[in-house]
Amino acid sequence: MSEKKSSGMPMGRGGGLGQKTEKAKNFKGTMLHLATYLKPYKISVIIVLLFACCSSVFSIAGPKILGKATTKLYEGLIAWAMGTGLLTDFRYIRNRLLLLVVLYVVSALFSYLQSYIMSGVSMKITYELRKNISEKMNRLPLNYYDTRTHGEILSRITNDVDTVNQTLNQSLTQMITSVTTLIGIVVMMLSISIRMTLVAVLVLFVSMGLIVTVVKKSQKFFAQQQKSLGNLNGHIEEIYAGHHVVQIFNGEKEAIEKFRLINDKLFGSAWKSQFLSGMMMPIMSFVSNLGFVCVCLLGGYLTVKKVIEIGDVQAFIQYMRSFMQPISQIANVSNTLQSTAAAAERVFEFLAEEDEIRETESPVVLNQVHGNVEFKNVCFGYQPDTTIINHFSSQIDAGQTVAIVGPTGAGKTTVVKLLMRFYELNSGQILIDGHDSLTFTRRDLRSMFGMVLQETWLYNATVMDNIRYGNFDKSDEEVISAAKAAHCDEFIRTLPGGYHMVINEESSNLSQGQKQLLTIARTILADPKILILDEATSSIDTRTEVFIQKAMDKLMKNRTSFVIAHRLSTIRDADMILVMKDGDIIEQGNHETLLEKRGFYSDLYHSQFAEQS
Amino acid sequence: MLPRFYDVTEGEILIDGIDIRNWPLKKLRDMIGFVPQKGILFSGTIESNLKYGDRGASDEEVEEAARTAQAEEFISSRPEGFQTEISQGGQNVSGGQKQRLSIARALVKKASVNVFDDSFSALDFKTDAKLRAALKEKTKDSATILVAQRISTIMNADQIIVLDQGRIAGKGPHRELMKTCEVYREIALSQLSEEELK
Repeated sequence: MSEKKSSGMPMGRGGGLGQKTEKAKNFKGTMLHLATYLKPYKISVIIVLLFACCSSVFSIAGPKILGKATTKLYEGLIAWAMGTGLLTDFRYIRNRLLLLVVLYVVSALFSYLQSYIMSGVSMKITYELRKNISEKMNRLPLNYYDTRTHGEILSRITNDVDTVNQTLNQSLTQMITSVTTLIGIVVMMLSISIRMTLVAVLVLFVSMGLIVTVVKKSQKFFAQQQKSLGNLNGHIEEIYAGHHVVQIFNGEKEAIEKFRLINDKLFGSAWKSQFLSGMMMPIMSFVSNLGFVCVCLLGGYLTVKKVIEIGDVQAFIQYMRSFMQPISQIANVSNTLQSTAAAAERVFEFLAEEDEIRETESPVVLNQVHGNVEFKNVCFGYQPDTTIINHFSSQIDAGQTVAIVGPTGAGKTTVVKLLMRFYELNSGQILIDGHDSLTFTRRDLRSMFGMVLQETWLYNATVMDNIRYGNFDKSDEEVISAAKAAHCDEFIRTLPGGYHMVINEESSNLSQGQKQLLTIARTILADPKILILDEATSSIDTRTEVFIQKAMDKLMKNRTSFVIAHRLSTIRDADMILVMKDGDIIEQGNHETLLEKRGFYSDLYHSQFAEQS
Repeated sequence: MLPRFYDVTEGEILIDGIDIRNWPLKKLRDMIGFVPQKGILFSGTIESNLKYGDRGASDEEVEEAARTAQAEEFISSRPEGFQTEISQGGQNVSGGQKQRLSIARALVKKASVNVFDDSFSALDFKTDAKLRAALKEKTKDSATILVAQRISTIMNADQIIVLDQGRIAGKGPHRELMKTCEVYREIALSQLSEEELK
């Protein structure tokens, strides 16, 4: 988050100085961990570092050599003016310049090579990180995904890995070159004149002091600006999303007034922050120009005194110009390193999450599944310390229909998730045909079940492939007959391209009802022995709803079915009704026995027809 | 179309005998209490959201509306009660609670025409039934237009209009429609059994 915030602050040179960066909890540990990823590429990394050093050393040597040439030229000029000797020693100058060209070319070559090698290495590491993450994702228990937002997990996979990649790719070598350049420049400057170096350092400190003061001042306004901007966006989003409501309650004026208030605030802080950061550049260049003047004066004086040569002054000024750059680069890079550590830490944290319970070593394989399901003293809670299902036992015979009923939010899907072993029980057992569900592999277990849920899941492929997802071995004919059984065939034929129409990524080219019919066809094709159905058919037109119900009824024949029931007819005809409230199963039995009980179920049943009775 | 988000292509809609296009827009919308399909709330408190219906409403009126909308129970279960913060887009309340709050907001307005656009879909049957009973009581004097999927929600309406693919497929009270309208019977039977429908 904070990276985003700081990116909005244009801060000119020396930018990294005042930015807030996300801090890693354990900087050193994370960096060491990251270093283990670099280990296989030890040699490449050493070469890279060496090349980076060489590249900067060669480019630092440049101005000094150029300075020598200038001195020679100047001497020649003086000599010519004095009328003594020949013109300038152009041969010397030419050699110097040629040397310079060679140096720069070599320096560029080194820098090219090191970045070439480094991008290879960093890409390989990122590839490995991504691979590890994707493998990890399939091993994580579902609970992990429930307790975190999608955005958070996504950001770990994409942003955080990208940040690490970028640092490896650039920041690492930048750090090396910056440090070498800085040391090199200081050494060079000192070798020219200690006094002049002192002046240069003084200028540096003065301008750094100024920057810090200005940044501190402007930071406050930047923070305000960000906050107002956030409020403004929030307000716009809200009003836009609810503009029908705004209109019907005649709230337009109010909304506009509120917008004006926030906008005024934004204006106030924005112009102040922009003004202050805009002032930075002029102040900086004023100070550094002042520094140049001082250095030139001093240099001129020293040249006259013959302490240094004229070329040295020129070289010195060149060094001084490039003095600031490595310093601000180091500041930037150390910021980046901080956020990289934070990013890498998040990635490693993710990789270190606890896996799902391991598969059994000797799984049971059933040749024929009948569909008997038994719950034996089942206890479960999403958090280990709060159980919501307490000691639930029930015996369901093959082919029976179980209706799960209860008010919204009663936890009807919990039962489903437990059956499919998306979550592990706290205690107790779920037996399928007499075997504990733990003794199956998850794969085998889940292949016994077929699910048709309210939320459909289709993927970006043809209609045919989407139905075939139930069982990849089936032929086209079998797919089509499954589609017919699910009342899909008719509408599929009216689609452009029929069975070969590609469903787009959001599957928005199908209606909600059509999607549900497709998932039913998919389940028919898979032919599982145990079914999990969600009857809710909200936002589906009535005609399609009838089709869906017909298809579902067909599907349920001769299969053990768990139905999250909404239709009273289903509930009444069910062999067993599980009544849920606040996460727990509080009653079970069939319609008649439950009504006689006069408990929660009979309340629920009667409340629907409150006015009639 | 009723609050004139869109204008009719042909024909006219009359409220109290006057074409809605002849009402001043502000006045027209003041007459209508509208509850959208998705409960849309604004950031602020529960109170500020309910008073959006009528800025001048008293605390008693707000409380009464909340009671009618079956929202009082969960509001008072929050430690801050009516001052509970609502985050942007109402993300800190459930779908059913959002619906109830937006119903309460429309009730605060005391409009002469109430429009409920499938506003009960996220409620369980029990709350749905209670809410409708309370609504009936409170909105005796105003016209109520209900858009619904659930037959039980609309069974007791004076007039039911059945729409199928944009066309009106039937019109009349429940009993009549059961006899005359095929589409209506299909929907009804898919949700409830024969005897429940009587």
